[in-house]
Amino acid sequence: MPYSDKVLDHYNNPRNVGSFDKSDTTVGTGIVGAPECGDVMKLQLKINADGVIEDAKFKTFGCGSAIASSSLATELVKGKTLEEALQLQNTDIVEELALPPVKIHCSVLAEDAIKAAIADYRQKNGITA
Amino acid sequence: MSVTLPIYLDNNATTRTDPRVVDAIIPFFSNVYGNSASKSHPFGWAAEEAVDKARAQVASLIGADPREIVFTSGATESNNLAIKGIAEMYAEKGDHIITVVTEHKAVLDTCKHLESTGKSVTYLEVDDNGLICLDELKAAITDKTILISVMAANNEIGVLQPIAEIGAICKERGIIFHTDATQIVGKIPFDVEALGIDLASFTAHKMYGPKGIGALYVRRRSPRVRLSAQIDGGGHERGFRSGTLNVTGIVGFGEAAALCQAEMASDAARLQVLRDAMEARLLQEIPECQVNGSREHRLPGLLNISFGFVEGESLLMGLCDVALSSGSACTSASLEPSYVLKALGVGDELAHSSLRFGLGRFTQPEEVEWVTEKVIAEVARLREMSPLWELHLEGVDLSTVQWQPH
Repeated sequence: MPYSDKVLDHYNNPRNVGSFDKSDTTVGTGIVGAPECGDVMKLQLKINADGVIEDAKFKTFGCGSAIASSSLATELVKGKTLEEALQLQNTDIVEELALPPVKIHCSVLAEDAIKAAIADYRQKNGITA
Repeated sequence: MSVTLPIYLDNNATTRTDPRVVDAIIPFFSNVYGNSASKSHPFGWAAEEAVDKARAQVASLIGADPREIVFTSGATESNNLAIKGIAEMYAEKGDHIITVVTEHKAVLDTCKHLESTGKSVTYLEVDDNGLICLDELKAAITDKTILISVMAANNEIGVLQPIAEIGAICKERGIIFHTDATQIVGKIPFDVEALGIDLASFTAHKMYGPKGIGALYVRRRSPRVRLSAQIDGGGHERGFRSGTLNVTGIVGFGEAAALCQAEMASDAARLQVLRDAMEARLLQEIPECQVNGSREHRLPGLLNISFGFVEGESLLMGLCDVALSSGSACTSASLEPSYVLKALGVGDELAHSSLRFGLGRFTQPEEVEWVTEKVIAEVARLREMSPLWELHLEGVDLSTVQWQPH
């Protein structure tokens, strides 16, 4: 199975693997996917008082492309405001990682994880978008 | 520890042709290149003599008479010839066949084809060890049953079915017994007389011979098994299988059979030690992993094992320096995980994360050690990255989690 160099790089050296405390009010957690589908992504964002994502962490159960997509997602959102992070599209990830058509769902999952994490943060803090 | 990468641990898919087999074949390309059916000149006579010798070597390996060996292109063709050939030849006697859900596709799809032509097929289930229940087999027999086809050793999990017992049941009930013996022949003792087998399919490339040459054992007496040929033509192989004989392949098959017969005991003992050591170390070092299939009734060089909380394709990616097979859908053309593992009751997730290690004659102990340590390291690394493992460590039962399938 051919993987792009960028997928291999993220798979071998994943960025920002780990977890934040789920109960922390400055943390938004998004868990998307299902084990029986072969992909579960957990993406966590740490958001400062200015509404800027100052740190991000992930854990992913899934194929190499899913791991790479979530690893890249953590890099992309860091330093962005929530509004900017919501503008990220799965196609940005597809392009950057050169994902083949059968792996596009991995990038969709990463986009969904970002959105879910932001929704969790906003809900926790009573913010309506 | 120095090993050369990549490491080949997929010997149940195919094996390296033994260099001694290659040496035996070479002269038959450029010196002895006659058609073994040419009766009028020395080129043909020499080829025929070589085929006769190889036929005797192959027959000897399974305790058969040379006249009971029909050369084919491989085990898939042998399975087709046996099952379709019996269904057609004995159509007046009955139309019912019994087989097992964990058979190779060459048997299952042949049976499905026969169902589409009006035959009736019973597919026996297996227990969580991968073994059939003899009482269920007996209960499935009807007065229309003409054939029972049960594989000797499974290709994915290496589980050995109770072939001698099935042979006795078939004999008692007057039913023809076919076994797909592809994985067992040449690996551990397999004797058609002792096991009461009427038809056996096997192939050279699983036992260090060349690809493209296989055989069907067809019993000649008590009972004399008859078959409808599936390939018509010049009436080769006593009319069972027409087509010019693959002399180079047959010579290689014969040499491979002779080597297996001489070295089977030592090969099997060595592989069992290597496999058992690998299995013990993986089970000891990796929590939440399970061996698939009976550990008691199993081929010596095969290990099928599943690792919980890691995804199969990512695991294979981490093991890219090792040639092996997986029960994951991602490595095959189909989208379903292994139907064999599912039949054992292995859940989809564990089936996806299963690996089949197939050790063989050329596998070195250092290679097995290297792969074992690599698997331990990769599973640990991927679990460190796995949200499912994290939840598991927190004591969460994953089956109670509300997932969001996409």
